[in-house]
Amino acid sequence: MSKILEGLYYSEDHEWVKVLEDDVVLVGISDFAQAELGDVVFVDLPEEGDELIKGEEFGAVESVKAASDLIAPISGEIIEVNEELVSEPEKVNQEPYEAWFVKVKMNNSKELKDLMDHKAYKEEISE
Amino acid sequence: MIRYNKLIFELSTEDRVGYSLPNSKFSDYNINDLKTDYLRTEEPDLPEVSELEVLRHFTNISNKNFGVENGFYPLGSCTMKYNPKINEEIVNFNNFKRLHPLQPVSTTQGAFKVYYDLQKILAEISGFHEFSLNPYAGAHGELIGLMIIKKYHESRGDFHKNKIIIPDSAHGTNPASVVVCGMEVIEIESNKRGRVDIDSLKEAISGRDDIAGMMLTNPNTLGIFEENICEIAKLIHKAGGKMYNDGANLNALLGKVRPGDMGFDVMHINLHKTFSTPHGGGGPGSGPVGVTEELAKFLPNPQVKKMDDYYYVENNGDAIGQISAFYGNYLVSLRALVYLLTLGKENIKLIGRYATLNANYVRNALKSTYELPIQGNCMHETVFNGLINKENDIKTLDIAKRLLDYGMHAPTIYFPLLFPQAIMIEPTETESLQTLDEFIEIMHKIAIEAKENPDKLKDAPTKTPIRRTDEVFAAKQMIFSYKDYLEYIEKRDE
Repeated sequence: MSKILEGLYYSEDHEWVKVLEDDVVLVGISDFAQAELGDVVFVDLPEEGDELIKGEEFGAVESVKAASDLIAPISGEIIEVNEELVSEPEKVNQEPYEAWFVKVKMNNSKELKDLMDHKAYKEEISE
Repeated sequence: MIRYNKLIFELSTEDRVGYSLPNSKFSDYNINDLKTDYLRTEEPDLPEVSELEVLRHFTNISNKNFGVENGFYPLGSCTMKYNPKINEEIVNFNNFKRLHPLQPVSTTQGAFKVYYDLQKILAEISGFHEFSLNPYAGAHGELIGLMIIKKYHESRGDFHKNKIIIPDSAHGTNPASVVVCGMEVIEIESNKRGRVDIDSLKEAISGRDDIAGMMLTNPNTLGIFEENICEIAKLIHKAGGKMYNDGANLNALLGKVRPGDMGFDVMHINLHKTFSTPHGGGGPGSGPVGVTEELAKFLPNPQVKKMDDYYYVENNGDAIGQISAFYGNYLVSLRALVYLLTLGKENIKLIGRYATLNANYVRNALKSTYELPIQGNCMHETVFNGLINKENDIKTLDIAKRLLDYGMHAPTIYFPLLFPQAIMIEPTETESLQTLDEFIEIMHKIAIEAKENPDKLKDAPTKTPIRRTDEVFAAKQMIFSYKDYLEYIEKRDE
């Protein structure tokens, strides 16, 4: 059974969004997503200052099984990138809710309302 | 079996020489007279070994290999059929083997006849007007086909047409070829029956005037025939696009239906899949591209033409350009022609039927233990989503590894990406009923082991020369040469 954290927002593309303060959030992939992917071997990240557009890809994770795009769950400006994941991609498997990919300053925090809460996400992945 | 795991560099003994050459008779030239810019500063690191050592080394390595001549090889999407030995006999004739592409055309008429006849046969089989045999591989063929589509739009002044529609079940090479060709991908979802969703397609093209075309594999990568192909083609043509057929799965259609008749404008054929030329190990492959009459002038140069009984080479000004040194992998084309002529028209028609029958036989026999995500019949290959019984956390990878212990090659796994535990089986028409029954029995046995003795699967393979490989390590540590290996060892021991 995959772990789902309370208090995070989830997208249909299996990303989580954690609100740090007002309009600043962290984005990562869920425990379910990392389990489906298998051992992650590469993480391709955008650069600080890049713009994130909801629904568009902003990076990729590559596992021994497949390469998958990271799809932005919200829009905004990337204010920090978790470079640690580039050298230690296995963190994504070990601690999916600690291994954030990007820190984003959102343009429109109303977009959070389009995402799922932990209950809705639980239903989504048990389908 | 003695486990052999040496690198040829490890056999090297300083100053051992495996050859003896006469003294050089070229006294006018001396290597030291060369400008120093062209001289290497260090000696190349080459293994110093005798002829016998070389022979033993590679013979021992080859014993670790597994090919279609060792056992069943149901690698889905790859059409690992048997390559008849007569193909090899013919290409080994000096009349072919010793030809040079720059010989006067009058001395190579027979070679051009081979090229010309094969492209004509491919055109007839697939329903296109003309083929070029120049592309070196399937993905190369994709790129050339897309360049032809791009050139077509540009020739009409439609420079803005740069979007190619691709379903989510496509081979990864399709979107890659689009990007390399300088165009953009629009991905559309498959429906619950594993086919192109017509509504998604309509939505994707509605109101756009920049659709350059669509790439489609038919039957698709789930081994399912796109029954709405005529409607799909009509929609794309109406939007001003061209239809590209990825010929990876042509084997299923042979003798039944032709892509050209379904509304496709361009296609590539993998000779190394459908027409029994050697496959695997990275080549040499061959990916001829066929087009409709309208697009024929854009085919790459050089083009082989015929006037009365004389063959000649033409370079056409409308062509996309030259994409190969000469005429593609010529001897691969020759093998395909030999295969086609050996079978003859009547027998070629049986290929698709038997390939489809064999796949459905396996599909029906396994569906009681393996999860069938899409119901109904398949074409030449069948896709399961792991075991039905998901307890013990047995993954598709474990099943594939266990098959190796039983002396069979693993099917394609984790492709297509639509199902998390995808396992894709393509038996091809060249396998006997006995082999299929044996495979089915082993697959059922593995399902029982998964339930009663899961460690047997998780530890597999245990009987192969190389045990389970560390895929994470292999993906992260790129060791491609002895130099890389030495660097890795040095770093590791630091």
